[in-house]
This record gives sequence, structure tokens and C-alpha cells, in this order.
Amino acid sequence: MSAILYHFEDFTPGRIFPLPERQVSAEEIVAFAAEFDPQPMHLDEAAGKASILGGLSASGWHTGSMFMRMMYDGWLSRSSSEGSPGIELMEWKKPVLAGDTLSGRSTVVASRVLRSRPGIGLVTFLHEVESQRREVVMKGENPIMMRLRSPDGVPA
Amino acid sequence: MRLIELSPPGKKVTTGTLLFTAEDIIRFARQYDPQPFHTDPEAARHYVFGALCASGWHTCAGWMKCYVAYWSAEVSRLESEGLVAPKLGPSAGFKKLQWLKPVYSGDSITYSVEVVDSRPLMSRPGTWINFTTNDGVNQHGEVVMRYDGTVLEFE
Repeated sequence: MSAILYHFEDFTPGRIFPLPERQVSAEEIVAFAAEFDPQPMHLDEAAGKASILGGLSASGWHTGSMFMRMMYDGWLSRSSSEGSPGIELMEWKKPVLAGDTLSGRSTVVASRVLRSRPGIGLVTFLHEVESQRREVVMKGENPIMMRLRSPDGVPA
Repeated sequence: MRLIELSPPGKKVTTGTLLFTAEDIIRFARQYDPQPFHTDPEAARHYVFGALCASGWHTCAGWMKCYVAYWSAEVSRLESEGLVAPKLGPSAGFKKLQWLKPVYSGDSITYSVEVVDSRPLMSRPGTWINFTTNDGVNQHGEVVMRYDGTVLEFE
């Protein structure tokens, strides 16, 4: 486990945490789809080209999962994360195609200490994932539970 | 045939059940969400969830897996009856996804879908957007996840 750099107190509204680049390979698209979303446009280049998506494209749940790993590698692994209760909104705005390179950012929108769970706060993020075409391919908002660095120093 | 005719609001369809083994939970998490409570049963005891549990993205991918299997069988069934199955396309996204309970290793999640509304897409004639509510329930009858989804449909 990595050392914790970011606790609840560090997630101040407006602070931006970059998401590292991630290459999207055809092999990975097909492997994810074969297990979880075996639709032709996620399994086959020709079927993808013939579809509204225009090429071999990642399952939306795969894009979400890749975003999760980008977030983990970018900053979550060095945070006091205790997991998340959900996702308010997630938009799949553009297809993610084989050969794309994803990047992006998580921006802190709001934070509050949880009364129901001592020592834990909820930080809400706006997440934006972009392709190398500088288009936002996925965008959403979600809260993540973070342990406080100093549970007694913050008014509940 | 339109999806909303096949599956009118109020008709909740069970799509399938998926067993979450520790092996599957850890394999998914190592690739996409290697937080300690998704990859290490011992470390997981020291976090809020209290034991090894599936990444929320894994739980969602399980919903999709059961949905695609259900839909593929449904298309075959309709075609065998000489009917034209609704032509479904991709999704534009989702809202209000709640991971209400952790999915622990050994849990079996039964997924369902209900179409709640369907509207023509103004920007794309001949295309509808269908709105669904979806959930997953564990073997104790507890809802573990729920979200509002969308799926496009073509003429």
C-alpha cells in the first residue's frame, strides 16, 4: 500500500487531480467485452465500423473501469479512500475506439464530513476523460469517502 | 416492435444471476480498481466495507453481462416467433447509480431491468432514447446496486 498523501482535508473545492494517459488497445476492448458486454461493436472491427460508433469501440462499462484505474494510478492510490456510495451522473459522450489514448482530470466540487461515519468525509468530484482528439469522451460526477487526517480538528 | 411495447413500464424483467467469487473480484480489481478492499481479504478488514468486496464497476459490468445474455435470447425468441425485435443501440450514460451494499465474495447478484419511458430523439430522426431503472439484489434479498440507465433504439 502506498503512503497516504491526500486525506479529506486536502480535497478543497476547485483542486484538480490529473488522470494519467492510458492507451486503449483492441485486445483489451475485446477481452472486456467478451466477458461482460459481448455486443458486435465491442468485439469486431467491421461490426464497429458499421455501427453508429464508427469503429471497434470500448463498452461504456469498460471506459468506466479504465477511468477507475486512471484515477487509482493518478491519485486515488495515494489517498485515504474508503470507496464510493455511487455515481450521480455519467455521460458517455463520444465512442472510445481502439488505438485511442485517454487522459483527463478529477476536480473537487464539494466536500462534507459525514455525521453517520465518524472520521470519514464525502468528497464530490467532477471527472472528465478525454481522447487524444481533445474531445471529452466521458464525463461524470461522483462522491468518494475519504478518511480525515485529523478527525478532531474538523467541526462535524 | 418497439422496446416499450415489448417491455412496458411496470414490467420488471429479471435478466440473470452472477456469482462473485473471491477470484473474480480480485482479478477484476487488479486490472481496474486495485484498492486494498477489492484485492486483499486481510487488508479489507481495516476499511469501512469490512471484508473483500467487488469494485462497483465490476458489479455494474455484471449487470451488463446479464443484460446482454438476456437480450440476445430475447431477440432469438422474437425472431423464432416471426416478430421483428427492437433494434437497440448504445447508451448515452446513466444517472443516480447507487452502490447500496458491498458485494462480498460468495454473493450471488440477481439483476433486473425495467423500461420506464421512451422518447424520440430530436437530434436524430428515427431514433428513440429509452429510460430504464436497473438493479441488482443479493441472495439475502438486499438491493446492492441501482441506477437509471438509457439505451438508444433505431427504427
